Amino acid sequence: MLEQLVRRRYWWFTLSILIIIPGFYFLLLHPLVTTGQFGVGLRASIDFSGGALWEVRFNDKAPGSISSAQVAQAFSSAGFENPIVQMSQADLNGTPQAEALVRTRALNPATPLQERQGVEAALTAQIGPMAIVRLESVGPTVSRESTINAVVAVIGASTAILLYLWWAFRKAPHPFRYGMCAILAMLHDVLVVLGIAAILSAFNPGFEVDALFLTALLTTLSFSVHDTIVVFDRIRENLIERRPGELFDDIVNHSLVQTLPRSINTQLTTLFTLTALLLFGGETLRNFVMILLIGLLSGTFSSIFNAAQLLVVWEHQEWRGWFGRGRSKPDEPTAAATQ
Amino acid sequence: MRSREVTSLVLILLVTGLAIWINLAPNETVLGRDVRFRLGLDLQGGVQVLLRTSEADTPREDLETARGVIERRVNALGVGETVVQLAGNDRIIVELPGVDNPDEAVDSLRGTGRLEFVDSQGQYIPEGTLIRTSSSPDPSLSETTTITDVTQLGPIFQSITDGADLDTNAVQPAFSQTGVAGNRPAVAFAFRGASATSLASFTAQNVGQPMCIVLDNRVVSCPQINAALTDGTGVIEVSSEGERDTILNQLKYGALPVPLVIETSRSVTATLGQESVEASVVAGIVGLTVVALFMILFYRLPGLLATIALIVYALISFAIYRFIPITLTLPGIAGFILSIGLAVDANVLIFARLREEYRRGRNIRNALERGFEESWPAIRDSSVSTLITSSVLFMFGSSFGVSIIQGFALTLGLGIIVSLFTAVVVTRTFLRMAIPLFSDRQTWLFGVDRHSSSSTATVQ
Repeated sequence: MLEQLVRRRYWWFTLSILIIIPGFYFLLLHPLVTTGQFGVGLRASIDFSGGALWEVRFNDKAPGSISSAQVAQAFSSAGFENPIVQMSQADLNGTPQAEALVRTRALNPATPLQERQGVEAALTAQIGPMAIVRLESVGPTVSRESTINAVVAVIGASTAILLYLWWAFRKAPHPFRYGMCAILAMLHDVLVVLGIAAILSAFNPGFEVDALFLTALLTTLSFSVHDTIVVFDRIRENLIERRPGELFDDIVNHSLVQTLPRSINTQLTTLFTLTALLLFGGETLRNFVMILLIGLLSGTFSSIFNAAQLLVVWEHQEWRGWFGRGRSKPDEPTAAATQ
Repeated sequence: MRSREVTSLVLILLVTGLAIWINLAPNETVLGRDVRFRLGLDLQGGVQVLLRTSEADTPREDLETARGVIERRVNALGVGETVVQLAGNDRIIVELPGVDNPDEAVDSLRGTGRLEFVDSQGQYIPEGTLIRTSSSPDPSLSETTTITDVTQLGPIFQSITDGADLDTNAVQPAFSQTGVAGNRPAVAFAFRGASATSLASFTAQNVGQPMCIVLDNRVVSCPQINAALTDGTGVIEVSSEGERDTILNQLKYGALPVPLVIETSRSVTATLGQESVEASVVAGIVGLTVVALFMILFYRLPGLLATIALIVYALISFAIYRFIPITLTLPGIAGFILSIGLAVDANVLIFARLREEYRRGRNIRNALERGFEESWPAIRDSSVSTLITSSVLFMFGSSFGVSIIQGFALTLGLGIIVSLFTAVVVTRTFLRMAIPLFSDRQTWLFGVDRHSSSSTATVQ
């Protein structure tokens, strides 16, 4: 199986595309299908769209004894129309307590205290004693700035990494290719993560794209490139020691096999720490860690099955044969020809 | 043992010793420096707000003055580790950690603190009424729900004094002896300059008439003028000491030159923060233990040494967090836990290479040196790319709305730098020192079986 890593490259590309397609649908087409308007199928958190997030705990109330409709009613009566309520539970000294996460419009900038007190009064009167353990309110100018900064950050990080890779591989033949292939593999991971986020946005009302999601995405980018660099580094090294008659495909495949134990073991250790965070790290970080896990798995996949294979495609300039079948040159025993 | 190893070992022991000293310092002070862990607002509870001027094009000096006033009011609250800083052209960031009722604290901070005497045209206006005054004819209406237009508030009352003339040195807590209800808490104040003169002439002409004391357009009281107030002094009677402290705080440090609104706020109670701290400590310990077990089971002796290096890594990281100091937030702790995986990665790269070289027939010492040498470019390149990402994240996090990210970027970036030291220098020194103790026959210590090399070769 291991000698097929490069030969079966179009299988792996197809697999990647199959993984990306559903997410892509939910990311771009689903909003069009459901609402008839173009949009991005990601539910933005208050960090990027503005609004307020309330975390309310009800003392002496068992989870399940309060419905989200009751909580929504209390918020509406306090002047927060159409709140989005999600019930959960918190453990207080071993006893589970009902907890509500409520998303509303942002607080009035001039009278936030009065609005908060209004909600407290309404909840206490209609449901019972409670405490607001967390309240975040983000105004429109701040959320707009965050969104712009997020886009700038993703583009900035990608460009910086491309430039560094170009420089780091300057001694290898065609350094730009290494940078571009690493970026393409990275793009694969971005699409996987965004696609999963779009699917979660569509089906899980508790999922939102927030500042932490962006952090997870950017960390994914960096780890994906990290993995790809290790493989490319091996290819660069093996190319220098290339024996006469050795095929580029074989060198790439050999390099992948050599770096495989490292790829798997590193993935395992990161998997361990992240799983520990997922299980014990508390509610606040759950979505963040989950996205990070998906991103890291995708990053490892793309560095083993996509990045180096793209180098091979580029080496043979195989795209020339994509649209005119059978025109591959006879002196180049490409994988496409041997299949 | 060669002198190079001795030098490295001394360096390692020195750094580790320093880290332990900082971590275990008595009274948590090192060289007169407080080295307690600094916890972010999400972990210790508290509030972070972004105040914005409600008037466009506020002059820079006014914003600076406002910042100064807010800062003095914050200091008067007596909470440690507060932050008051300007952001952009019209914003002030305030952070109050560990405050019990954060929103009320913030609300008292942003009160304009404009104290006026107004000519009430002989009326006794009830306490708490919102009125229009000649120096502030358009008060904010959002605190009332019934009135939608300022004109419904009634006539504009003539201001006798100007809030800017308040002598802040004369603002003192006091007890009113003359109050109707006996002894009541009160705040003494004095006006200077033109305001004192106009107050004197008004009170001289209107003895026996009422006059209203107004704070931020709200009537505090309407006492009867018994005699002319020639020196511009007076007292405000309030009903509780809490209310007195709020008014005192607003008046003592001067009036805000511009009204402020709360653009964005985040508040977390201390209990929720405490739960997050406990959860992340458990996650960190479990993560570290599992990684250590994996490394030891899979890589044997090198794995054990890598685990020791990992402990050194944790010690150094904590010492840096304490000494610099770096404020730990929940994402920051996640960044640290994630960086454990990265710290191990460099070792995994080296050990995988070591095994490979060993299988090719080199002796252990030779394989080790090759392993370190050959894996360095990969370690360097991957560290740089992660450093690039964490710097970008750090810059992105400098915008207020997403400042939560900065903690993550900081611990991740620091983790990369520290792990370069521990995973490369520390592990290499330990291994070099340990290797002469073992012969090629004890290869199980390295988890390598040379006889299986023929089977791996056929895979290629």
